[in-house]
Amino acid sequence: MKDKFDYFIKTENNKWEVIIGLEVHAQVTSKSKLFSSSSTKFGGKPNTQVSLVDSAFPGMLPVINKFCIEQAVKTGLGLNAKINLRSIFDRKNYFYADLPAGYQISQYKNPIVGEGSVTLDMPYGTKKVGIERLHLEQDAGKSIHDLSPDNTFVDLNRSGVALMEIVSKPDLRSPDEVNSYVKKLRTIMRYLGTCDGNMQEGSLRADVNVSVRKEGEKKFGTRCEIKNVNSIKFMEMAIESEAKRQVELIESGKKIVQETRLFDTKKNETRSMRSKEEAHDYRYFPDPDLLPLEIKQSFVDNLKNKLPELPDKKKERFINKFKLTPYEANVLISENNISEYFEEVIKSADIKLAKNWIIVELFAVLNDKNLDIKDSPVSSKNLANLVNLISSGEISGKIAKKVFELMVQSGDEPSKIIKDKGLQQQSDPKELEKIVKNVLEKNLDKITQYKAGKEKLYGFFVGEVMKASSGKANPKLVNDILKKELKK
Amino acid sequence: MPIDKNQVKKVAKLSRISLDDSKLESLSKDLVSILNFVEQLNKLDTNEIKPLTSIIDKSLDTRDDTVSEGQIKDQILKNSPEKNEDFFIVPKVVD
Amino acid sequence: MRTFLLFQRLLIKMNDLNDISLSEIIKLIKSKKISSLELANHFINNIKKAKKLNSFITTCFDQTIKDSKSFDKKQNFDGLLPGIPIAVKDLFCTKNIKTTAGSKILENFVPTYESTVTNNLWKEGAILLGKLNCDEFAMGSSNETSFFGNVVNPLENNFVPGGSSGGSATALAASLTPATIGTDTGGSIRQPASFTGTVGLKPTYGLCSRWGIVAFASSLDQAGPMTKNVEDCALMLEAMSGYDKKDSTSINRKKENYFKNLKKSIKGIKIGIPKEYRVDNMPKEIEQLWKNGIDILKKSGAKIIDISLPHTKYALPTYYIVAPAEASSNLARYDGIKYGYRSKKGNNLIEMYEHTRAEGFGDEVKRRVLIGTYVLSSGYYDAYYLKAQKVRKLIKGDFDNSFKKVDAILTPSTPSSAFKIGEKTNDPISMYLNDIFTVPVNLAGLPAISIPAGKDHKGHPLGLQLISKALEEQKILNIAFAMEKEIDFKQSLNRWWE
Repeated sequence: MKDKFDYFIKTENNKWEVIIGLEVHAQVTSKSKLFSSSSTKFGGKPNTQVSLVDSAFPGMLPVINKFCIEQAVKTGLGLNAKINLRSIFDRKNYFYADLPAGYQISQYKNPIVGEGSVTLDMPYGTKKVGIERLHLEQDAGKSIHDLSPDNTFVDLNRSGVALMEIVSKPDLRSPDEVNSYVKKLRTIMRYLGTCDGNMQEGSLRADVNVSVRKEGEKKFGTRCEIKNVNSIKFMEMAIESEAKRQVELIESGKKIVQETRLFDTKKNETRSMRSKEEAHDYRYFPDPDLLPLEIKQSFVDNLKNKLPELPDKKKERFINKFKLTPYEANVLISENNISEYFEEVIKSADIKLAKNWIIVELFAVLNDKNLDIKDSPVSSKNLANLVNLISSGEISGKIAKKVFELMVQSGDEPSKIIKDKGLQQQSDPKELEKIVKNVLEKNLDKITQYKAGKEKLYGFFVGEVMKASSGKANPKLVNDILKKELKK
Repeated sequence: MPIDKNQVKKVAKLSRISLDDSKLESLSKDLVSILNFVEQLNKLDTNEIKPLTSIIDKSLDTRDDTVSEGQIKDQILKNSPEKNEDFFIVPKVVD
Repeated sequence: MRTFLLFQRLLIKMNDLNDISLSEIIKLIKSKKISSLELANHFINNIKKAKKLNSFITTCFDQTIKDSKSFDKKQNFDGLLPGIPIAVKDLFCTKNIKTTAGSKILENFVPTYESTVTNNLWKEGAILLGKLNCDEFAMGSSNETSFFGNVVNPLENNFVPGGSSGGSATALAASLTPATIGTDTGGSIRQPASFTGTVGLKPTYGLCSRWGIVAFASSLDQAGPMTKNVEDCALMLEAMSGYDKKDSTSINRKKENYFKNLKKSIKGIKIGIPKEYRVDNMPKEIEQLWKNGIDILKKSGAKIIDISLPHTKYALPTYYIVAPAEASSNLARYDGIKYGYRSKKGNNLIEMYEHTRAEGFGDEVKRRVLIGTYVLSSGYYDAYYLKAQKVRKLIKGDFDNSFKKVDAILTPSTPSSAFKIGEKTNDPISMYLNDIFTVPVNLAGLPAISIPAGKDHKGHPLGLQLISKALEEQKILNIAFAMEKEIDFKQSLNRWWE
C-alpha cells in the first residue's frame, strides 16, 4: 500500500489528474414500489409484479410510498446531509420501450436531500467526498433484446421500483477512491437498511463522470458521462480507460466533446452514445399528478433518533475502546453483521486474539466458501470459547488452528472437538519430562554443541519436543523442563 | 416568428410524431399563430412572482408500504397490439 | 317546493319522460310508477332513433337491459340514483366496455378497471347506457375533433353542441340520457351546457377523483355533472364526488349533501361582476343576458358589487401553455406498446412510435402535443411554461382577492351561442376564444356552474356562469337554484332527428 496519493496519467511531458464524480442509483429497500402497491421482489416471472399504474394505463395515478420517503431521509441523515422539508416530483420525459408512461417520475430542481459528505479511509489518510444531492425516482422496466432476432421483449416488473440517486461532487481522483467511495456508500446504506447494495441484482449501479486536467490546474476539463456501470471493478476499468482516452485526445490536439458514453466490458473501452444524446431533451416539469412533498422536522428528528450507530462512529469507538488499528477497525465495521459478530465474541474473550482470529482465520474461510458472516459455520459463541481455550493455555495456537478447521466442518463447540479428537494439551510434567529426555538422548551431539555456546540450538530442542508430542505439549512446561534438563 | 419549420421538425421528432411535408407546412402555420397568441404573456412583468406549484392547498398524501397489487399479467397484456404469453413485443430497438 | 303532483297519476306516457328531470324520474321509480327496465327501454329507443346526432361512440344495451332487470328484481332504492340508466363521456374508463377518449389511438381499448367517478354512480344504483362522443382527448370546443365524427346540436342541424363534452350535452338535451357526466379542463362541461340549454357544473379541483379518467391536463381536469336543471345537478354532484385515496390530488373531506341542502337563497348574498369580462366585440345579446341575470339577482335581494380580475386577459394564453404542456406528457403513453393502435409501418421502435402517433392522433391533438413539447423543451421552458405558471398564480390571486369581497361571481358562460359546424375548424385561435370565460376558473381550481339563462335571435340558448371560492359548490348551486326559478328557461325540441 502506498502512503501518498499517486494516481496520475503520466505521459512523456505531462502528469494528468483524473476528476471523477458519481451518480449512484441505489434501489430503496421496500416491499412495494414508489408509486404503486406491486411487489419489488427480485426474480419474479415476467410482468407479474406490475400494476395498472406501473404499466401506465389511461387514467392511472401515482400515490407515494411513505416508507420510501423515510428510507431516503434516513440515507440522507447517514450521509450527513441536509434534509429538504419541501421537495417536488418532476416528470423526466423520453420515449423508450420499457418506460410505459413516456416519462419517469424523478426529482429535478427540488430533491428531498441536499448537500452532505462521506469520509473515505485511504492509505494516505482520510478523504472527505462531497455529496451534491440525493433524490427519489422510479426505475424503468427491462428491454430484452436477445430472445428474438427481430423484436425486443418488454418486462415491466422493475417499472416503478424506488431508486435513490446519490450524486457526488467531482471530488474523486482515482479508481481506488471510487472503489472506496462506492463501498462506503454501500456500507452506510446497509447499516441503515435502506438499500441492500446487491450489485448482481442491480440494486446498485452508477453513472460515472470523468474528466482530466494537468496537475496543478484549477479549471476542470470537459467531462464525459459513462452510463449505467454495474460493478465496482467495471467502474475502475471504465475510469482508467476513459481517462487515458481523454488524455490521448487532448495531447494529440483534439477537444473533448461533452457526451454520454457506454463502457464495453469486453473491449475494455468506452464508446459514444451520442446518437441518443442529441435526441434527448427531457423536458422536466413538476408532475401535476403529485403535490409538493412536505415533511415535518419532527418526522426527520424521529428518524434521526432511531438511526443505528453508523460506520464512522463505530470505527472511532472500535479504535478508542478496543485499541484496534484503523485498518482492523475498517475491516470489522465494513458490515454491520461483522461488527456485531466481533462485539459478541469479545464480550467474553480476549480482544487481541479475537480480532486476529476473525480477520485472518474466519474471513479466509468465509471468503473461500463465499458465505456471509451471519451464515458462518463457526458461531460467535464458539469462536469466543476457542479464543478462551487459547488464552488460558489449554491449547496451543497450533492445535487451535486444527480445532478451528474441525469447527468449520462440523459447526461443533471447540471443547467437544478437543475431547472427541484427543487434542487436549499435554500438561502432565512427568509425561513431558519423559518426552524431553527421550529427545535429548537422541541428540547428544547437539547437547555438546549447545553447551559449547551454540545457544540457538535451543529452538531445535523445543521443536523436536513439540513434534514428538504431535504439537500437544504445553509450551510453558516444555520450556521449564528443557531448561532444567539442559543445565544438568 | 416564434418557431420555424426546422424547429417544428425537431419538436415533432421529440414528440415521436412523423410529419410529411404537407402536414409540416400546415402545422407550422398553426403553431406560429398559437405561439404568437400565447406570447401576449410577455407584456406582463413576472420577475417577482413565484410560479404556482399546486392549485390546491394540501400536502402530498402517502400510502403504507404493503403489496396489494400485481399478479394480473393477463390484464396487463390483454390490450397490447403485440405480445406473447409473458411479454410485450416491440420492434427491435436500434440506436 | 319539491312536490310533483303532476306525476301522481297512474299512467305515465313514455313521451313525458323526455320532458321531465332526473329528480322527477327518481320519484317515479321510487314510487314504482315505472321500472328500471321501462326506463332503460325508453332511453335505448331514443338513442336508436338519434343516430343523426352521433352522440354515442359505444352502446352496451344488452348489459343495460340485464342490469335494469336485476335492479327491478332487487328493488333497492337506497342509492341516490336507483335503477337510473345513464350514459357517460367516453373519457371515463369503464370496465369491460370500450373506452376511446374520442381517439383512433384508443379505438379498441377495453379497460379492465372502472373509473372512481363512474363507480360512484353505479354504487348509487345507476346503470350504464353507453359511452358518449367527445373531442379527441377532450381537446376541442365543438366536438369536431373526435375520431368518431362530429356531434350535432339537437337544437338545430348543422350546429355544434360545443365541446369537449359535446356528446354528453347533446345526449342530455335530446333526452337520450336523463343526466350525464363530463369533464372540464377549460370549459368542456360549461360551454356545451351553455350551447344546449342545459346545466353543467365544474367542481373544485380535487372534489371528484381523476382516477380512471383519461387524462388531458392533470392540473386542470375535473369531472362534473351535466343535467336538465339545478336540482339534478346537486344530486349528480353528490353521487359522483368524494375523496379517493388513489388520487393524490383528491381533497379529503366529509361528503356533502348537495341535494338535501339545496335551497333557493340569494338574499343578502354578494355577487361580484368582473369588469374584465366585458370583452371587445361581445355580442349585444350576451351583454343583455348578463344584465338580465344581474337584474334577477338584484330583485331577489342580492348585493351586486363591481369587481376586478385584472389578469383575466392572460388566462387563455396561460391555459394554452399549461394545458398542452401537461398533455404532451400525459399523451406520451400512447405509444402502440401496451394498448391501443399500433401502425404497421416502421422498421424499428422509433419509427413505430412515429407512425403510430402520426396515424393515431388527429390534428388538434398533434398541435397541442407539439406546442406542449415545445414550451417545455430546453431553452424555452422559462419563457413559456415557467412564465405561464407565474401568471397562473396571478390569476388565482385575482380570484382570492375578489372572494374577500363577494360570495360568488356572475359572468356569461360563453362569448357566443352555438356556432355552425365547420365554422371555426380552420382557425385554432378563434376556436380557443370560445373558452375565454371558462378557462380562468380551471386555472384557479374553482367551482363554477353554467345555467341556461336566455336565447339569442336564432333561438339558441345562452348560459350564465356562477363562480365561487373553492369547495363552495353548495353556495353556487343555491344561487343557481333561485335564479333558475326566476329565469324560467324553457326549451322544447321537435326531435327533428328521429
